[in-house]
Amino acid sequence: MTQSKTYVRCTINGEDTEFLCEPRQSLLECLRDVLRLTGTKEGCNDGNCGACTIMLDDRIVTSCLVLGVEVNGKTITTIEGMASPEGLHPVQQAFLEEAALQCGICTPGFLIASKALLDTNPNPTEEEIRFWLANNLCRCTGYDKIVRAVVKAGEKIREG
Amino acid sequence: MKPGGAELKWIDYSSPETLAEALSLLNEHQKDAGILAGGTDLIVKMRADRINPGQIIDIKSIPELNQVNINSNNDLTIGSAIPCYKIYNNDDIMNLRPELKDSASIIGGTQIQGRASFGGNICNAAPSADSVPLLISLGATCNVQSVNGERTIALEDLFSGPGQTVLEPNELLISITIPKKSDLSGANYIRFIPRNEMDIAVVGTGVSVTLSSNKKNFESVRVSLASVGPTPIFVDGIDKEVSGQEINDESIRVVSNMAKNASKPISDMRGTAEFRQHLCEVLTRRALITAIERAKEA
Repeated sequence: MTQSKTYVRCTINGEDTEFLCEPRQSLLECLRDVLRLTGTKEGCNDGNCGACTIMLDDRIVTSCLVLGVEVNGKTITTIEGMASPEGLHPVQQAFLEEAALQCGICTPGFLIASKALLDTNPNPTEEEIRFWLANNLCRCTGYDKIVRAVVKAGEKIREG
Repeated sequence: MKPGGAELKWIDYSSPETLAEALSLLNEHQKDAGILAGGTDLIVKMRADRINPGQIIDIKSIPELNQVNINSNNDLTIGSAIPCYKIYNNDDIMNLRPELKDSASIIGGTQIQGRASFGGNICNAAPSADSVPLLISLGATCNVQSVNGERTIALEDLFSGPGQTVLEPNELLISITIPKKSDLSGANYIRFIPRNEMDIAVVGTGVSVTLSSNKKNFESVRVSLASVGPTPIFVDGIDKEVSGQEINDESIRVVSNMAKNASKPISDMRGTAEFRQHLCEVLTRRALITAIERAKEA
């Protein structure tokens, strides 16, 4: 078979998007290196750290363990799609207010994962939050501030 | 080198939409094919240069591999490509087999469960696979097909070594069938890990129990163990010892000691052989007690 790039068409952050990639390229590589959406971070590149977390259709996944060619026809949300022109998403605002980040590499993944949780369960217990976020590693905060931020974001979202 | 290993080498990718097409492609490429469902083992192994398939066959678009079916006999069949979250979020599965959440909800974290399938967990054939002991204890069978036909393999007979199964290079796991549930039965999977989440089982134990009609005696007990041998282990012969016996501390101890004696652990960074044997006894006892409670509530 000739080695040619594959055409992929999908929806990213609400926009119809087309790109060419090699079948070996991960979705993470496609987002960062092909589409220049560098908000999604590369950490471990083997599914453990969660820094590259994105929404793929209705579910969060680690984009390092998805091939770019797999997302033809799919809907993707990355950190670039979280804030609106009106301002930050309540989860982002809560992370700022609770100082739930330091170096920032894990933050896009935590924000995507936290929003996904609150979208389906706006009033999670601390245990539910920690269980849901177990696939996201942070070496700076010690997690408590992140958990507090998710609780606060949930309160804001419930207030409307 | 990038973290997590090198960039992947050139591969070809195909996403067949019919089973026939997939089987033909697999037959053509045999050992050069890499079967992609969730990719949470496949892509990791490719990146670490442990496998180098030239042809990726993405099986997620094949209807037969994505179906959940409960027949009139209450046999449950789960397509091999269905990701974990679709198992524990499926009301029909949870009504019939709530215990499947025990394993489906602890394979990796939330993101991994968004992709990883029972079929992949089985075919990856890790001795530590979390989905396997419970499925073996429930008497699950694997529905396998190739261009040459189909066959059914009892799950405990599928494994031939670490990372090895008895599947031929042209055979594909289509689905897993869990036979009819008895009204007075319950099951449980638990594992020991040093962390709270996101870890590989030091020991895992799946137990399924069926009680007598007065709920006071064992009718049948099936136990399977993870991480204490080169393959998942089915603990043979338990029924011969406890079937018909009254449920009490003594008969429970008989079961947990049989599990301990059936284990063949090695010592490694996760634990010593001695510690693992001890865990087999403790975890089997605990899982059995939970399974009995669930059977009584059922």
